[in-house]
Amino acid sequence: MTKTPSTKARDEALLALIKKLVETPGPSGQESLIRAAVAEEIKDYADEIRTDALGNLIARVGTKKPGGLRVMVSAHIDEIGLMVTHVDANGFARFIAIGGVSPLTCIGGRVLFMNGTRGVIGCERLEPNTAPTLEKLFIDTGALSSDDCPVRVGDVCGFERPFLDLGAHLVAKSMDDRISAAVAIQAIRALKDSPHEVFFVFSVQEEVGLRGATTAAYGVNPDVGLAVDVTRTGDTPRTIKMEVALDKGPAIKVRDSSFIADPRVVNWMVAAAKASKIPYQLEVLEAGGTDGRAIQLAHAGVPAGCLSIPCRYIHSPSEMVSYADVENAVKLLVRLLSEEIKLG
Amino acid sequence: MKMTNNARPRIGKKQIALLAELCNALAVSGDEQEVREIVLREVKPLCQQVEVDAMGNVLATRIGSGQNKARVMIAAHMDEVGFMLTQNDGDGLYGFSIVGGIDERQLVGKAVIVGREHIPGVIGAKAIHLTTPEERKTALKLEQLRIDLGPDGSGKVRVGDRAGFATQLTEIGPSIRAKALDNRLGVANLIELLRGAPENIDLLAAFTVQEEVGLRGARVAAYHLAPQIGIAVDSTPANDLPAYDDDDGENTRYNTRLDCGPAIYLMDGATIADRRLAEWLMKTAEEEGIPYQIRQPNPGGTDAGAIHKTRSGVPSISVSVPQRYCHTAAGLIRKADWENTLRLLSAALWRLDSKILTPSEA
Repeated sequence: MTKTPSTKARDEALLALIKKLVETPGPSGQESLIRAAVAEEIKDYADEIRTDALGNLIARVGTKKPGGLRVMVSAHIDEIGLMVTHVDANGFARFIAIGGVSPLTCIGGRVLFMNGTRGVIGCERLEPNTAPTLEKLFIDTGALSSDDCPVRVGDVCGFERPFLDLGAHLVAKSMDDRISAAVAIQAIRALKDSPHEVFFVFSVQEEVGLRGATTAAYGVNPDVGLAVDVTRTGDTPRTIKMEVALDKGPAIKVRDSSFIADPRVVNWMVAAAKASKIPYQLEVLEAGGTDGRAIQLAHAGVPAGCLSIPCRYIHSPSEMVSYADVENAVKLLVRLLSEEIKLG
Repeated sequence: MKMTNNARPRIGKKQIALLAELCNALAVSGDEQEVREIVLREVKPLCQQVEVDAMGNVLATRIGSGQNKARVMIAAHMDEVGFMLTQNDGDGLYGFSIVGGIDERQLVGKAVIVGREHIPGVIGAKAIHLTTPEERKTALKLEQLRIDLGPDGSGKVRVGDRAGFATQLTEIGPSIRAKALDNRLGVANLIELLRGAPENIDLLAAFTVQEEVGLRGARVAAYHLAPQIGIAVDSTPANDLPAYDDDDGENTRYNTRLDCGPAIYLMDGATIADRRLAEWLMKTAEEEGIPYQIRQPNPGGTDAGAIHKTRSGVPSISVSVPQRYCHTAAGLIRKADWENTLRLLSAALWRLDSKILTPSEA
């Protein structure tokens, strides 16, 4: 896997889908645009689509046949963002993070508000050798005063950065977790003759605490569940020690800091990858959590796992994934949902 | 059908007397009996169903007579932050722990009451005559403090008893000073809402327990009630004094401000408010001429944090009365903010059309 994968055989429709998804704004709690975008992509393939009370988009594909189960697959459609806390007399907007936003990746960044306003992030003068905190930062919308400012307390923005296609690798502000939404959409389109009743959940408010998946899992009440989400990698200079790397295939989560994947689910996923000769990696993530935890703890408990897309620079405006990993994740997910699930 | 709210709620002597009774009662998380008794007395004549659930929440349902009624849960927590006696050192001296969030630096020199009989005591400390300038630079730690009940009180309490500040509610012109305004104001508001509840909703009033230790009562109350809409009514800090230590003097982190009306939440640490409900409240305020403010999106949480994640999800929001010096011995509110909060909630319920929850794909 050391050779750079060829860019010739890429699926242009998939790339267009990814571009559309990552460039649609949708910070946690403001998912209506991205929800509509996803619904548009799957409406001809799902048997039933509904939006629940919190805004999760839930698409049922197939009906339960002999040997089939109720399966929940969850990919979150929200992304990290910012919310205005105060507009000062000169029109600068102070803000708070929605989800895990690092002040370091904010400075000089550009934001797009849900009302269409654009702005840039500036920083107060810092003492030498100090790191900025979010309290030191502000959004400059070009306003001349508070009266003139086009945003007010409570308005929400996401980071604005166009999709970047580097060939083998793809870069965007919201690969976390739109890349998984793309994987789930591809799986919905490709799924044929599944014995299962599969509920694809495009969940909301994951970045603020798995809130959408919590209520979606209660509503779906599945027999088995899978989250699809990004995971960190250990393949960049002087980074965390972690086995997972880009281009080595989708990762099968064993554990993260909020979730221990059901070992039967892990074994099922590994067996499917091996049988289909799909490259895969086993993932132990020292931090973070996914919708998998919310599914596992629903009702009286649900066997749950997580299919992870390795991703560099998570929660920065330039999150990077491997095109080959994405394609292989689609293959593995389709395979997993196409056969009988025997949790030994 | 357009309904009119004939019963515009007001804060008068009766309401203030009830708030005084509620605030002066002691109901630290996990031992809410004293407030629960007041609540039961007030709500039983107003509701078709009243029950106390396994955790001690009072669930009072006021069923409307209209068609297509929305099931609206409104939660107000009965518990307050306070203390629990943890060790008996003899001579009426008791070590204690903090229940909920109280700044340790706020404890020294405060008069307290202990247990259901309100045994009086004081959190004592060495007098200034005897302290060194060096000692005065650091706040005393909880481990160094004791509640002193004196010889008379020592036989009347035991380890595990709750204690709270001894402050009695006082009216100060347009203001009210009391302990436990967080959240007896919410409790008082919810009782008033039951009095004037419209017929177009089923009002599921939850007077909850253990909010201050993690929204615990609301979690089971919401599961039991299975509402379509959730509203937490609470009190939130107003840190609206000038920024004395800032060159600019502009206070950008006030959370809320007194005299600016009810605080509508868009986001806190536990909930992202449902935008449809936020629009409903803001529109109500604007059309009814009720002042309101948006609470600065900040950490912290209300019962809405538990309600919205219940079962298949409940669109939820919070509305609070702004309060200076929250979670201390003496909070301060304005009566006008209290009345406007009640007016906003009441008017909004009268105008509530369950169609506001129809998903809109904006």
